[in-house]
Amino acid sequence: MTEVLRPRHSALVRVTHWLITLSFLALLVTGVEILISHPRFYWGETGNVNTPALFRLAIPSSRDTVPTGYGYVLPDQNGWSRYLHFEAAWLAVLTGLLYGAFGFFQGHFRRNLLPASSDLSPMRLATDIARHLRFRRPSDEEAWSYNVLQRLTYLLVIFVLFPLVIWTGLAMSPAFASVFPAAVTILGGRQSARTLHFFVSIFLVLFLLVHVLMVYLAGFRKRVGAMITGRLAQPKERA
Amino acid sequence: MSKISRRKLLTTGLLATAGATGLGVAAKLAERYGLIPPDAGVLYGAGETLTYAAHRILTRHTPVHEFARSQISKDPFANEVSPLGAEFQRSQAGGFADWRLAVDGMVARPVSFSLADLKSFPRSSQITMIACEEGWSYIAEWSGVPLAHILNLAGALPQARYVVYRSIQPDWWDSIDMADALHPQTLLTVAMNGGELPVPFGGPLRLRVPRQLGYKNVKYITRLTLSDDLKRFGKGLGSAAPESGYAWYAGI
Repeated sequence: MTEVLRPRHSALVRVTHWLITLSFLALLVTGVEILISHPRFYWGETGNVNTPALFRLAIPSSRDTVPTGYGYVLPDQNGWSRYLHFEAAWLAVLTGLLYGAFGFFQGHFRRNLLPASSDLSPMRLATDIARHLRFRRPSDEEAWSYNVLQRLTYLLVIFVLFPLVIWTGLAMSPAFASVFPAAVTILGGRQSARTLHFFVSIFLVLFLLVHVLMVYLAGFRKRVGAMITGRLAQPKERA
Repeated sequence: MSKISRRKLLTTGLLATAGATGLGVAAKLAERYGLIPPDAGVLYGAGETLTYAAHRILTRHTPVHEFARSQISKDPFANEVSPLGAEFQRSQAGGFADWRLAVDGMVARPVSFSLADLKSFPRSSQITMIACEEGWSYIAEWSGVPLAHILNLAGALPQARYVVYRSIQPDWWDSIDMADALHPQTLLTVAMNGGELPVPFGGPLRLRVPRQLGYKNVKYITRLTLSDDLKRFGKGLGSAAPESGYAWYAGI
């Protein structure tokens, strides 16, 4: 007998999830490589080693023109890093557009991510936060739906952090800025865009770490399995 | 069961054929409209092609932002250059009086200009930003002859698609497409912030391509070659940059 089961995650969510994972990791590694060629940050339009930095990272650089205080220069990795950074960005943006269209037109956002208004009461939120802070392992029924904190976090990542990281990244492109100069000036200038790009990336990395930690706490094999195959393993006693 | 898989097979087959045909047509159109960069064949060429094509569709004629005089950087940074050879130093000792800019390739009249010639041509000035791929930037006032003016004087042939430019430093050569070459803000720069263009900033002659990052703004320019094909220059990737792992197009 064949059982027709509703998958935990639709095929499109699963495929786009892993494509975004792949592109995000590539963007992260190459972003760090590009960053170490100038680990100094500025605000406004301009900034270079002759001008004071807003802040700088206490790391060596891959350029001997940057006064880091370290006696050595890391190897230059910017060539392939820039190539791969933009290729991965294309993958992320195209995947994001596909996911976004699916989310709106197939009701994924409305059904699975938009929190019920009853869940947004301070009481409910406080209970949920407390539950998370105690690292309580969720019950098996909960594996079929996202809780309110998950929903809010995913919405923040999808509709705020990802658009911001793309915007601040594009604002650093001189050719893009020639088409949409306001996209740079609104941010406060090219160097401001670069600094914001760094901070939004930090928030995305924080999300990644917490996300993986939560998956681990909820049962790594089972949850990752569900995101790969779509099937949620049945509880042991019923197997 | 077998019916479903046959239908599935047919649909998949049709979709795959349509997809392959679509890609083939897209590739032909991209080639026709000059949307394929010369380094499209490198490891990350797919992303590079998407970037260059998107930028060429969006930015063929757009001007970069020109800043107010008050925004000129007080501390511009001249990135380090590899040691300048004896040929440069001899010319520098003579005040660059013997500096020549040769224009050849697909032109009706191959010519050569002295610095004095270049300085006598109609001058254009712009207060624009130069940004390095590393992340830093500064704003300066650049003045010089629009590259388009030089190409007109030499009589650029209509089939020319790229301008290859060379520096007195043999390892530094690059190229831009006609959209950037004919762009009114692309300058053969001879002056900066109201004075002579200092040697560390590329004096006596630097090509300013303000819609691209610093490394396309090659210093110490000696020769321009117009061509319809970049295959026969260097390793055929369009410039020295991809030969050391950097993208040919640096608008991002």
